[in-house]
Amino acid sequence: MALKLAEKMLIHGDEALAVAMLDARVALGAGYPGTPSSEILETFSQIGGRGEWAPNEKVALEVALGAAFGGARAVAAMKHVGLNVAADPFFTAAYTGTAGALVVVSADDPGMASSQNEQDNRRYAEAAGAPMLEPADAQETYDFFFTALEIAERWRIPVLFRMTTRVCHSKSVVVRRGAPLPPPAYGFEHDRRGRVMVPGNARPAHRRLRAKLAEIAEWNEESGPNLEISGSRDLGIITSGVSFLHVREAAPEASVLKLGMTYPFPFRKIRAFAAGLKQIVVIEEGDPFLTTAIRANGLPAEGKAEMYRFGELSVERVRRILAGDASPEPAPPPGKPPQFCVGCPHRRTFEILGKMDLIVAGDIGCYTLGVLPPFNAMDSCVCMGASIGVGLGLRHVLPEDQARRVVSVIGDSTFAHSGLTGLAEMAYNPPKTGHVLLILDNGTTAMTGLQDHPGTGYTLGECATTRMDFEAVGRAMGMHKVHTVTQKDSAEDFERLLRDSLASNDLTLIVVRNPCLLAAKKLRARGRAAAEPPAAG
Amino acid sequence: MEKTVNVKIAGLGGQGVIRASDILAETAFRAGLAVKKSELHGMSQRGGSVSSDVRFGREVLSPMIPAGESDYLVVVSSDQVENNLPSLKPGGVLIRPEMIDENALTNKKSLNVALLGALSTRLELPEALWLETIREAFKPELFEANANAFRLGRSAKE
Repeated sequence: MALKLAEKMLIHGDEALAVAMLDARVALGAGYPGTPSSEILETFSQIGGRGEWAPNEKVALEVALGAAFGGARAVAAMKHVGLNVAADPFFTAAYTGTAGALVVVSADDPGMASSQNEQDNRRYAEAAGAPMLEPADAQETYDFFFTALEIAERWRIPVLFRMTTRVCHSKSVVVRRGAPLPPPAYGFEHDRRGRVMVPGNARPAHRRLRAKLAEIAEWNEESGPNLEISGSRDLGIITSGVSFLHVREAAPEASVLKLGMTYPFPFRKIRAFAAGLKQIVVIEEGDPFLTTAIRANGLPAEGKAEMYRFGELSVERVRRILAGDASPEPAPPPGKPPQFCVGCPHRRTFEILGKMDLIVAGDIGCYTLGVLPPFNAMDSCVCMGASIGVGLGLRHVLPEDQARRVVSVIGDSTFAHSGLTGLAEMAYNPPKTGHVLLILDNGTTAMTGLQDHPGTGYTLGECATTRMDFEAVGRAMGMHKVHTVTQKDSAEDFERLLRDSLASNDLTLIVVRNPCLLAAKKLRARGRAAAEPPAAG
Repeated sequence: MEKTVNVKIAGLGGQGVIRASDILAETAFRAGLAVKKSELHGMSQRGGSVSSDVRFGREVLSPMIPAGESDYLVVVSSDQVENNLPSLKPGGVLIRPEMIDENALTNKKSLNVALLGALSTRLELPEALWLETIREAFKPELFEANANAFRLGRSAKE
């Protein structure tokens, strides 16, 4: 259902953030699609905001930072592993600060519903020195966004807005504020000492950052978005994010301190809450982030058993933690695993790779499913873009007969995201046996819901733009051989081309171009639009 | 509605599980109830098992239904019944594809909405409100097929 704006709506956390961005007059939202964050910018664009898909999260954060240097309110939105890609500018953005406001959204995925790891990005707030807010549901997502802007604008510091799968993808009722925020004043002012992080400028910048954080910690003590519910004196629970809702259902009688701002911590508030309570338990998903900090601050708070570090929390798991129950949990009933769509063009490629018994350095996307039976045709998958570097490393060290069986396989969106530098490495430090890279170009970012990227020639808002030509990029980067394979080429021809490429010492790029079935209708319509003469006038 | 009602909808990716749960949640929302809905999507669900939790009533806390506390379990694919049964509470109601005469569907893809029809006779939500949200959930040309599926579901036998 397309989102219709109203005063009161039943919407996802992602949509709530987009509506908050609109109501807060965010000038620019940039990101890279990734479950569970993709709907933030899609919705923002759909309701009239300016949202962009950048080639990757690092670039998205840099674009948003530039907008914030110009005095605007800007958002960079990504999934948790995306912040690894963007970590480089993120850490230094905390030093430079901003003129306007920069909010960095990290959508974490505890339980790994669709991710390669379950890292807890609350660690990033502390590591980079960025204040962090953790909403529990859609209404808080909406409300906390304004708090994030308030902090970002008052202290000129990037704010980490940490959501989780169950906040992003759970719907609840959101009531909007009456009037949008007045827009900030835009305009560039030089601040070279503040923004050019050569060591001489960075040293004082680090001190400024720590001073800001001390002030923000003080603000958090008195005015932070933290909620205290007084209940039984026997049990006090400290919690944050969606865990708070599980806690209220599992232990309605307990006293609860819900921290909305979990970095920097409001330790005085925590101590005041704990005073006189018989037992203090910290309930948090993922790493013992709050537990460690609170215990290090001298409070005898109990955490959870190690087994609850894995996966999401739920009402029943919170009940177990409070009961001190660390007995094995009942195994979840087996569901049906995901698989390639019927008729997916990737199927043929992985049938061939599997049949030829190649060593496949894979990457992140729908095609990662090539690891599953019946294909069993992927040997590694680490992070976006890793297929090329990993494939090259294997080529460098394996005995020649094995090295000649190594191929790297990457999707089109992933190639634009972080395959380009891998390709530069491939040309720069070529293995003796050469190498073969397959770009599986299905014309879309299929895995996260059919988003556009620099290789599709369309923007997030469906406007035609420059299309990255993978074959031309391959030639420009120094590939010796560049081929294109489509469904029109027979499987035998495709297999022969692979065999010949593996036998040579060339650097070979093969673009396997077949549109994603789910996107085919949209892609065909665009083909027609491109073929039609422009309207007169 | 004193007590929170928990409905789990399950099936396979592409069967309209999320759409069905959106329609139910929106109907409860328009009936003036507190509602929360939780789901997972992304590649992990492509062609694989999908489920969505809808909870509504006077107050809803967690967006997820605690294990074994679903009042209703609606399953769009027969082969997904067994692995979802543990979510149903003792005495809870299972609504499954066998209750619908699929040959009577104008559009086979409307099985999800037919099952909502079967669910609707057990909930205190007005039929007109259901049809209103169904109308807004689909393109205009698909409304009749889905409205027919919903009515077919309402006359489904146990």
